[in-house]
Amino acid sequence: MSKIIARLGLGSCGIAAGAEDVWVELKKVINDNSMPVTMEKTACIGMCFEEPVLELSGEGKPKVMLGKVESKDIKGILDGYLNDKLEYGNIILHEHEEAVHNELIANQQRIVLRNCGVIDPESLEDYEATGGYQALRKALSMKPTDIIDMVKESGLRGRGGAGFSTGMKWQFAHNAAGHKKYVVCNADEGDPGAFMDRSTLEGDPHAIIEGMIIGAYAMGADEGYLYVRAEYPMAIKHLRKAIADAEAKEYLGQNIMATGFKFELHIKEGAGAFVCGEETALMQSIEGKRGMPTIRPPFPAEAGLWGKPTNINNVESWANIPWIITHGAAEFRKFGTEKSPGTKVFALAGKIKNSGLIEVPMGMTLHDVIYKVGGGIKDDKKFKGVQLGGPSGGCVPASLLDTTVDYDSINKTGAIMGSGGMVVMDEETCMVDIARFFLNFTQNESCGKCTFCRIGTRRMLEILTRITQGKGVMEDIEKLEQLAVQIIKSSLCGLGQTAPNPVLTTLRYFKDEYIAHIVDKKCPAHSCEALVTYEIVPDKCVGCTLCARKCPVNCISGTVKQVHTIDQSKCIKCGACYTSCKFNAITKD
Amino acid sequence: MQNSRQELDAILSKFKDRHGALIPLLQEVQLLEGYLKKETMKYIADQMSISAAEIFGVATFYSMFRLKPQGKHVVRVCKGTACHVSGANVILNAIKEHLKLEGEEDTTEDTMFTVMEVACLGCCSLAPVIMIGDQTYGKLTPEAIPGVLNKIVG
Ligand SMILES: Cc1cc2nc3c(=O)[nH]c(=O)nc-3n(C[C@H](O)[C@H](O)[C@H](O)COP(=O)(O)O)c2cc1C
Ligand code: FES
Repeated sequence: MSKIIARLGLGSCGIAAGAEDVWVELKKVINDNSMPVTMEKTACIGMCFEEPVLELSGEGKPKVMLGKVESKDIKGILDGYLNDKLEYGNIILHEHEEAVHNELIANQQRIVLRNCGVIDPESLEDYEATGGYQALRKALSMKPTDIIDMVKESGLRGRGGAGFSTGMKWQFAHNAAGHKKYVVCNADEGDPGAFMDRSTLEGDPHAIIEGMIIGAYAMGADEGYLYVRAEYPMAIKHLRKAIADAEAKEYLGQNIMATGFKFELHIKEGAGAFVCGEETALMQSIEGKRGMPTIRPPFPAEAGLWGKPTNINNVESWANIPWIITHGAAEFRKFGTEKSPGTKVFALAGKIKNSGLIEVPMGMTLHDVIYKVGGGIKDDKKFKGVQLGGPSGGCVPASLLDTTVDYDSINKTGAIMGSGGMVVMDEETCMVDIARFFLNFTQNESCGKCTFCRIGTRRMLEILTRITQGKGVMEDIEKLEQLAVQIIKSSLCGLGQTAPNPVLTTLRYFKDEYIAHIVDKKCPAHSCEALVTYEIVPDKCVGCTLCARKCPVNCISGTVKQVHTIDQSKCIKCGACYTSCKFNAITKD
Repeated sequence: MQNSRQELDAILSKFKDRHGALIPLLQEVQLLEGYLKKETMKYIADQMSISAAEIFGVATFYSMFRLKPQGKHVVRVCKGTACHVSGANVILNAIKEHLKLEGEEDTTEDTMFTVMEVACLGCCSLAPVIMIGDQTYGKLTPEAIPGVLNKIVG
């Protein structure tokens, strides 16, 4: 029997799905049966909906990946694979044969995620074996200005949301006067519904660190910070280990690769404030203050951290750098579009089948991302919209699914590319409620510095809440539009300037839903509690009493084998009866 | 008490003279004492020559800092976008119902649990998601809640 490798995904998503138990069982089965199997760890491969994910490979054997693996299956799986008789119901990838998700991978182009789910993120040797730190070696032999030119030529645009040219930003920081400069990695990932950066930080920390060292060399910085959300404990753990390992190998420190170049890297844990993702607020927070945005200019490139020239890039922007240095700008431009070269990582979530992390070339249509890569809508329900860009973004409707993913096309829809969160919504999602959800978020997270952002978002939230409760009037729509314009005009930072976007896009594409709430007092998606009515269909009710027992307020009456009724005056619209009925005898309208 | 004062002093001396250290300092103090007590914040202000207002300002700005004691187990309920569209509200209600928390209450009478709403735990594919301690639970249903919580109490 030849030697085989069993590689298990132990990222946050894997662990949440029970991968740690599977790991223990793997170890036990291998030891108890003296199987020639080596166990390896990796992070998230992106198919989070299939976790725990196990990959098997070995000499002369096809590489296969199995999804939703449970401890009880392990013995059978290993026996089968060793004897070339693998039988398992959920083979998600197969090197030679048809498998459920071969297309999911085939339609992707992995530059940023090149190592995620492939290598052990806690092993520097694994990273080096894929060519890791060779880009740094190459960069250190180049002139700093040549590196900046290369990044400019690649056309890489900031992946944190705004899409500003990374090369240009580097040029500004390079040109800034002074000896002390900083580089910062923005790993605050504030968009609630996005996890691209978490997966990259957990799955390939060295790629980000290597990118930052190269940037520091090009811009003349000798100190850097990684600002990481505190909600990401595993990312922080992997980064700490990666930094220590890189220091030991002199990829970081006082004399990097014996060239005399110095660079030190620190981790700063966030403390929970969305606005700290904004670059000027982030720097205030690193300095230990309240994270309040400051007016620009001066831009960070002139006066940033502690008043020194500073360059801030997003996790994904940094992770692209080593690849660009190794392969060159022209190679990078082979992917994507003229104005948005390269790839983009998206976190697919919500009502989508293949929920997880994907990376596609820019220029793919939203339709292909959702249906070809994402596998379509969960339970084959009807697609309603996709939310891009989180609280700063907007909802794109079905009629615009031909929009390609690139900065400029997405901006035209009123949404923004954002950092890559894509939350898919189906017929059961209420768009007014979604607008209310985001306003509630921004209202909470506004730092309070600008009056319009602080109070204006609150007024918008009150109006939206009113509408979802069936208490809205038609003038409310006008008021929302007015407030939106004022908030956009009078806010200092991006938080306020973009906060009305979710309302504006839903008003633009889903106005009928607002009107249904206001005029008909109905929620077409049956999602707003105050506007739904539950009723028992006499013909279908068999009198099983289940709903009456489930009702928390005892508002359902009826005896065994008799048709039951709901007392509408007492009903709190919790839906417990609706979900419990086994005879479809309760309607929701 | 004496011991904890010593531990507190150890944290303060570790951060003395380090620039930008207030947030990590408060994070460690909170880890030590469970939450940020008023007296402790005053003490830090005196020892570190920072104004009490600045410390209080930072402590109230970031959602991670707690100014009230919290339960033994912290239950973080994700209210991010993906979880919201997958029924996070129903999960939150089920948790509050099981723990008998009414209205704005967030900590159980026996101080076993504190329930907190957070915006996205980064496991959106497994929505709706909650986190208890360091353990994440995904694809939850209201029916699963009593089981999850009872297991924690043991
Ligand atoms: C309210 C607000 C929140 C932001 N949150 C993030 C974030 O979580 N991550 C991020 O990379 N950029 C975020 N940004 C954008 C940053 O200000 C900045 O543009 C970005 O880090 C620059 O990096 P890039 O050029 O590589 O995109 C946010 C901006 C605003 C206004
Ligand atoms: S939205 Fe709940 S984990 Fe991201």
